[in-house]
Amino acid sequence: MAVGDEQMNKARLPMRRRPLSASLAAGFAALAFLAVLAGVALIGLAWQAAGQGSGLVAAFDPYLWRVARFTLVEAGLSTLLSVVPAIAVAVALNALPRFRGRGLVLRLFALPLALPALVAVFGVTGVYGQHGWLAEIASVLGSPSPPDIYGLTGIIIAHVFFNLPLASRLFLTGLASVPAEYWRISSQLGMGPLARFRLIEWPAMRRAAGGVAALVFMLCATSFTVVLTLGGGPKATTLEVAIYQALHFDFDAGRAVALTAVQLFLTGITIALIGLAGRPSEEGFSIEVRSVREDRPPPVERTAASVLIAATTLFVLLPLASVLISGFSADLGKLLRQPAVWRAVTTSIVIGIIAGALSVALSLALVAARQAQARGNAGRRGRHGLEWLFASGAGLILVIPPIVIGAGWFVLAIRFADPYTLAPFMVVTVNAAMAMPFAVRVLRPAFDTAAARHDRLCAALGISGLSRLRLIDLPALGGPLAAAFAFSMALSLGDLGTIALFGSDRLVTLPFLLLQRMSSYRTSDAAGLALILAILSLALIAAADRSIVRERSQ
Amino acid sequence: MSERSGNSVELRDVRFAHPDMMFAFDLNVPAGQVAVILGPSGAGKSTLLDLVAGFRIPRSGRIIIGGRDVTDLPPSARPVSIVFQDNNLFAHLDVAANVGLGRRPDLRIGPADREMVAVAIARVGLAGKEKRKPAELSGGERQRVAIARALVRRRPVLLLDEPFASLGPGLRDDMIGLLAELHAEIRMTVLMVSHDPQDAMRLSAHVIYLEGGQVAAEGPASELLVRGGPAALNAYLGRSGKLAK
Repeated sequence: MAVGDEQMNKARLPMRRRPLSASLAAGFAALAFLAVLAGVALIGLAWQAAGQGSGLVAAFDPYLWRVARFTLVEAGLSTLLSVVPAIAVAVALNALPRFRGRGLVLRLFALPLALPALVAVFGVTGVYGQHGWLAEIASVLGSPSPPDIYGLTGIIIAHVFFNLPLASRLFLTGLASVPAEYWRISSQLGMGPLARFRLIEWPAMRRAAGGVAALVFMLCATSFTVVLTLGGGPKATTLEVAIYQALHFDFDAGRAVALTAVQLFLTGITIALIGLAGRPSEEGFSIEVRSVREDRPPPVERTAASVLIAATTLFVLLPLASVLISGFSADLGKLLRQPAVWRAVTTSIVIGIIAGALSVALSLALVAARQAQARGNAGRRGRHGLEWLFASGAGLILVIPPIVIGAGWFVLAIRFADPYTLAPFMVVTVNAAMAMPFAVRVLRPAFDTAAARHDRLCAALGISGLSRLRLIDLPALGGPLAAAFAFSMALSLGDLGTIALFGSDRLVTLPFLLLQRMSSYRTSDAAGLALILAILSLALIAAADRSIVRERSQ
Repeated sequence: MSERSGNSVELRDVRFAHPDMMFAFDLNVPAGQVAVILGPSGAGKSTLLDLVAGFRIPRSGRIIIGGRDVTDLPPSARPVSIVFQDNNLFAHLDVAANVGLGRRPDLRIGPADREMVAVAIARVGLAGKEKRKPAELSGGERQRVAIARALVRRRPVLLLDEPFASLGPGLRDDMIGLLAELHAEIRMTVLMVSHDPQDAMRLSAHVIYLEGGQVAAEGPASELLVRGGPAALNAYLGRSGKLAK
């Protein structure tokens, strides 16, 4: 095929040799990595399933269906309660394009996505939990204390904490694409808030709405840490957590395979829906969202918008504040004298650096290969399969959740050796794969812009292949590469899924240690560890933020 | 624009501050006049229209339209319509709906409104294209739709912010012709920002020349835009001092 392409290309563009070489080879290597990671897991699961025979059928019991139903209910409610308010919040943020602190609010809204889930859970229980701030206020006021949040309530609160700000930003990006003239015309025509929503705001957000809802549903249906810590009992378990429990506590591989099959079916359908609805715009994940609205909405609307923004800000801010306050009031000195803590911090950082570097390298390979392939395909009809593969390969982890990959390798490894010896390898590779969709989102626009700017010049000067990557593309990508690395490392730092499955006394990361201290009710230790984890992650995110901003200002 | 006449537009010592620029406008456009606002970019041409339309609020001074002080009125309560260079039409609404918004901003349109919309669409030469979406129209046709919407709003003052800047010369001539016809019929007051002095000549307009955030020269196009006009316009029009003499 490559030879055929080469000849076709020569026939059409006799002056230009197709830069097949390095970029494409690296792209294939990255795809091979992902294929092995996922393929081996699926083989492991299939083998296990084949061995189970009738036992596998028996695993599709009422328990499994109850877990599946809870997953749907939990994810559906979380999505509804995240996306609908997010629409209102986005409209409010768009209506007030330049109040003091708007930039800070938007940054705050980007935080939950980057915050380790376990830290967020700690913050949420610190506010809404049985001994949380809300309960304290209630007892001071003499009113009955709020209901226990463990179970569905807590899971939904935590999921809304993560996804409401994310969805707001995605919708705000849709609104920011409305031409400035529209707002002026609407104010001249005298549209009220309802007409404006119906005729301008909703059409601008509608394109994104399906994709945003599907994305949030996906994140909630596959969320592991939140459900493990806030649910986990027989009444509040999702497929993800049930897979983990089947392998970790019951050593019931057959049940794990059955659960995984249902989980894959569910994620497959959701991914298909995302594909149908159209993915939300990439920019929602970027740091700044500009708004062009220059008309001045009437005071009533401005007040309503202000109240809504303030309430949402408080909702996002309170759990963060709770983590900070309880963390600083913990005995940090004592905590930092424990060798176990230092070992966990070092382990997490080393794993994070390797996983981050691997993730960025693989993502860059895919992005460069896609660009090279697109260049080759330019002006040619059809046969864009390879380009598509490079473009969407990074999304693999979205279809096959980390816990499924972990489970597959786990049940395969158990046949040959102690699966826990695989732990470092599994944690690094799965963490790297997990961060790839985000790394690609950061790298691809920058890479494609640089390519568009340099393509003709490089072709004219005969700069291609590796020397082009080294001399032209990499220097232009400094900021985005740093940002992608910091973001990938932060994700790895906060991951609990793979380590929960493979972790043991031999490999303890910071979140794993935090989980241990939380489950043994050493609350003060947990508060301090949550703070350390939060500070590490937020420092990395701030670094990523700075790299992107610096890049933009150049 | 059923009034069959325009309103005068007056800016009394209007001051407006931009982060890096101070604007001070003092001018009076009589009812029914066609005024073309010229000037280098950054001189404040669009800002002037924004102030009249109510999109920007002056720091001081009064804006009087038809003898009424509109300085504190929101954009929708002012007796003006505006047409921009781009994005005048909502891309997801068809031509009839875009024009209909001029009657009812919530699009709850009755039979009388529908009739008026149809007449306006026909008047700008787009009969039969009522159901088209903006994307299916040419640039010139889109501007015609925007003008049709201004027609059904029946406001005595029409503001045009470089409305024909993205059209080719032929289309531009057509649109200037349409504007002249409509003005002859309705006698609305027109304030048009342009970067082409030829527009002012073709419309036999009153020229308001802005520079550095204020009015630098003013007068009929036939006097300002010919050789020997005021020195302030020389650099802008590319006339050297010697030639002008």
